[in-house]
Amino acid sequence: MNIYVLLKRTFDTEEKISITGGRIQDDGAEFIINPYDEYAVEEAIQIRDEIGGEVTVVSVGIDETEKQLRTALAMGADKAVLINTEDDIEEGDQYTTARIITEYLKDKEADLILAGNVAIDGGSGQVGPRVADMLGIPYITTITNIDIDGTDVTITRDVEGDSEKIKTSLPLLITCQQGLNEPRYPSLPGIMKAKKKPMEELELDDLDLEEEDVEAKTKTLDIFLPPNKAAGRVLEGDIANQVQELISLLRSEAKVI
Amino acid sequence: MGKKVLVLGEARDGQLRNVSFEAIAAGKKVAQGGEVIGVLIGVSVASLANELIQYGADRVLTVEDEKLGQYTSDGFSQAFMAVVEQEQPEGIVFGHTALGKDLSPKIAAKIGAGLISDATFVGEEDGEIVFTRPIYSGKAFEKITAKEGVVFSTVRPNNIEPLEKDTSRTGDVSEISVSITDLRTVIQDVVRKAADGVDLSEAKVIIAGGRGAKSEEGFKPLKELADVLGGAVGASRGACDADYCDYSLQIGQTGKVVTPDLYIACGISGAIQHLAGMSNSKVIVAINKDPEANIFNVADYGIVGDLFEVVPMLTEEFKKIKAAQV
Repeated sequence: MNIYVLLKRTFDTEEKISITGGRIQDDGAEFIINPYDEYAVEEAIQIRDEIGGEVTVVSVGIDETEKQLRTALAMGADKAVLINTEDDIEEGDQYTTARIITEYLKDKEADLILAGNVAIDGGSGQVGPRVADMLGIPYITTITNIDIDGTDVTITRDVEGDSEKIKTSLPLLITCQQGLNEPRYPSLPGIMKAKKKPMEELELDDLDLEEEDVEAKTKTLDIFLPPNKAAGRVLEGDIANQVQELISLLRSEAKVI
Repeated sequence: MGKKVLVLGEARDGQLRNVSFEAIAAGKKVAQGGEVIGVLIGVSVASLANELIQYGADRVLTVEDEKLGQYTSDGFSQAFMAVVEQEQPEGIVFGHTALGKDLSPKIAAKIGAGLISDATFVGEEDGEIVFTRPIYSGKAFEKITAKEGVVFSTVRPNNIEPLEKDTSRTGDVSEISVSITDLRTVIQDVVRKAADGVDLSEAKVIIAGGRGAKSEEGFKPLKELADVLGGAVGASRGACDADYCDYSLQIGQTGKVVTPDLYIACGISGAIQHLAGMSNSKVIVAINKDPEANIFNVADYGIVGDLFEVVPMLTEEFKKIKAAQV
């Protein structure tokens, strides 16, 4: 099995967000593997361990993305590829990323491509399906289970709480939903091994892409924080009175009931 | 100059979803006075066309085929692309639902367009359509616009006000015939876990439970309150991890992001991952035994108390109010 995982380095949204000049301040912030992509890495490793093959983790990122790729290698992936756009792209969007990944993957004959169902920073969930469409292979999003038998694939997919059982076949792209697995922490030997695993670094040039080919189709005009909420009110008195007061507040003040 | 905009109507159990009417309202904004065309894809969906028109669509195109009875990205993209080819739209709006999230990137890839996902507001600045969408799990927002090509967006349920239904509106309804071929994914079975409930992402009221609910049994009073208020039950990650309920109910950074009118958090401590999924709810009520719980920091109203005492009392009171209204 020739397995690829699409990984994104993301700002840990547990961090406090501050904005200067219409941009998120990320100096000194913690960066992580997008949590949904961790499910993808874990599942790829489990599939390889069960039926053999090789797991390559691919990320479109910057110099620092190497750290998250090393973590994926430490978890057990075999190879990593960093497509470094730090010098070439100022403002990319999902089109940009999908186009670059597609260009990289088009001659790789991937049997299975795994991605997270959404990244917790941008939150658009577009790159996986875009890549699959451009590669001309089917995709299934928000999966919670996968069984592979030869080229036959059976998948369980989460659809707004319902679950669908789907039959399809390889090659295939899937995006991972919570509940699929429990991603492992890298072990110490894993971390040591990861240092020696291959990490290929590419730039747009290496993929025969020009900046214009991957120019974003959308433009962010501004980034702002949600308005500060007025401090809430903790009710007092005995519980029965509080319940009465709450109901009256919801009906007359908040007017939501 | 007005644009021609396609809006995909989405049905669930034979009824159009609210988000479809919200998408039409968004489509009207994108059209800037141009034509809004409702699109319905499925089996015997034509009967829903008039309702789309009553909510503001100028006309409706339907694509019907027995292979479109269940959503698949292959089937629906073939159907939708046939509409795109016929109409050459300048704008497209979908609901940001499971279907919309799954289908929209494929359509965007096919037409080489940008896609503004999960918009919560559509406005106009200097004649340009500008969308607002949450980023960083709702901790910030971005204003974003399409640079070139088709203006394509999905809109988050419960955020854009639908137009008022006008039963006197009429419009043309016509069918596009498409032969749907080569479905590479086949749905064998659907397990309706959320069968009896209101869909979380579209619910106006959500009653959510955390570890404080203590057990699967402990979610029963929450369900009763949700039923009285016509709402849905949600949960924190803690409650899902402890097997009190299914992961499909999880609200948070991993899990669903919801923006109901009323969110009642019961026995939820308010971990930052949970807040990421619900902090943009219009009104938040916290019920927790621990007065120091973080959830009180985002709540509009708080009751320090045992949910097993407070929630049944709320249910009883709302029942009385409902009975008095009949």
